Amino acid sequence: MFSYCTDPSTLEGLSWLSCYLSTGKHMAFYASFGTVLLLLAITAPTALLFGLGGAVAARASFAPLSWFGRGYIAIVRGVPDIAFFLFFVIALDQGIEWLRHKVKCPDWSEPIRQGSDFLVCDIAKMPLSASPQWVHEIYGFWLAILTFAIVFGAFAANVIYGAMQAVPRAQLETAAAYGLNPRQTFRRILLPQMWSFALPGLSNLWMVLIKATPLLFLLGVEDIVYWARELGGTKNARFTDYPHGDWRMWYFLALLVFYLGFTKVSEMVLSRITVRLSRGQATVAGEALRKAKG
Amino acid sequence: MKSLILGTAIAAFTGTLAFAETTVRLGTEGAYAPWNFLNDAGEVDGFERELGDELCTRAELTCEWVTNEWDSIIPNLTSGNYDAIIAGMSITDERDEVIDFTQPYTPPDPSAYVALSTDVDLASGVIAAQATTIQAAFIADQGWTVIEFATPEETVAAVRNGEADAVLADKSFLDTVVDDQLVMLERSEAIGGGVGLGLRESDTELRDKFDAAIQSMKDDGTLNTMIAKWEVASQW
Repeated sequence: MFSYCTDPSTLEGLSWLSCYLSTGKHMAFYASFGTVLLLLAITAPTALLFGLGGAVAARASFAPLSWFGRGYIAIVRGVPDIAFFLFFVIALDQGIEWLRHKVKCPDWSEPIRQGSDFLVCDIAKMPLSASPQWVHEIYGFWLAILTFAIVFGAFAANVIYGAMQAVPRAQLETAAAYGLNPRQTFRRILLPQMWSFALPGLSNLWMVLIKATPLLFLLGVEDIVYWARELGGTKNARFTDYPHGDWRMWYFLALLVFYLGFTKVSEMVLSRITVRLSRGQATVAGEALRKAKG
Repeated sequence: MKSLILGTAIAAFTGTLAFAETTVRLGTEGAYAPWNFLNDAGEVDGFERELGDELCTRAELTCEWVTNEWDSIIPNLTSGNYDAIIAGMSITDERDEVIDFTQPYTPPDPSAYVALSTDVDLASGVIAAQATTIQAAFIADQGWTVIEFATPEETVAAVRNGEADAVLADKSFLDTVVDDQLVMLERSEAIGGGVGLGLRESDTELRDKFDAAIQSMKDDGTLNTMIAKWEVASQW
């Protein structure tokens, strides 16, 4: 990257370090922080949406919908994350390819399953084999987001379901007495009040989600933990311009700082949101705010 | 009529893809120098990178490199995420039941032990090996204590920090890790049947292409030159 980096073996100290830290491999490492943050930024709202949908479905008076909501929450919460990540993603990927195969290659006569092989026609592959590597990576990334959203959505659904039950019944009855129909009651009374009950549980989930991102590597996405392990490993002078011993500890230390810093910032933001949501609520926190304003 | 149009559309679509159809995705681990590793630029490099690129040129295929962790390298091949494994994988009967192999591109090579000192007692000690490798299976067969790790790097680190008494791995890999702290034992084990490309059992066409390319490299001696350059095994 820098002009003086052409022969690293002659360098020492800071100049060596600056060259070392700017290799293409390190750039990929830095970029993977972006991948993780992007994943969180997309997964969190998606999971919240899944959670809201799950909770509303579970509360529905229409029995099949309620079964669906309860089933979603119970099954996904009950299956270990790792099993879900390993099984579901492969099943989803193969499901998509199977559907495309049925649509695009109706004349295909060979079986799709041959022993342990999963075979679909070339144009049904997702993404196509001929697609450049970045297309494969983006596809994998979206599969990861969907999987994370489904898993964390189930937990969020349970939290939100509980929070909806916690909204005082008198509030809903009063709304009915004022002539609000069920839909209006849901939007204007239940939903706004629900958040202050749901937030502690949801903030837990957010913290767990941050720490669950290393599961990304199970899905073939090269995340920060993968790169830290790869970069920190012993490097022999035969294969690199920057030989070094086992430096994994230092890389993992950097990750530790990143995760601690990130969770600290999250805590600060979440506590501000808690205050904002408690305003005007018939809860202890809301009452304290009212008195403080005096 | 509708199906006719659809049929034409598909024909046209496949027609335009005729070139691209020959893209073969090669899956490797990227953590097993000198066989395959990531260089400073973050690209796959090593003996198998050079070999794979040459094989693809000879077989007139467009190849793309993909890294995948060792543990799931076979399942991801059979489910079609890539088309061939080129990752220093020894040809064994167990693996041959699930996937197919080309003819070997390196002859069977001994596996070696590396430890902190030469007087280690293998039978009573703990021996590190990478999970689902021929070495891990070998130690288990001997009735010795094996401790498995996901990556080659961790197997060596386990010896350095005393968690294991020795590590068993391909000699060519261990050659790259020996330093003033670690020593290689005299004893070596002849296990494995040479290293080949792993392919889906249904993919006989691709296997034949790679087989022919490997044969042509054996015949004109370029394979031996490459083996010598990277010091991965004995020559043909």
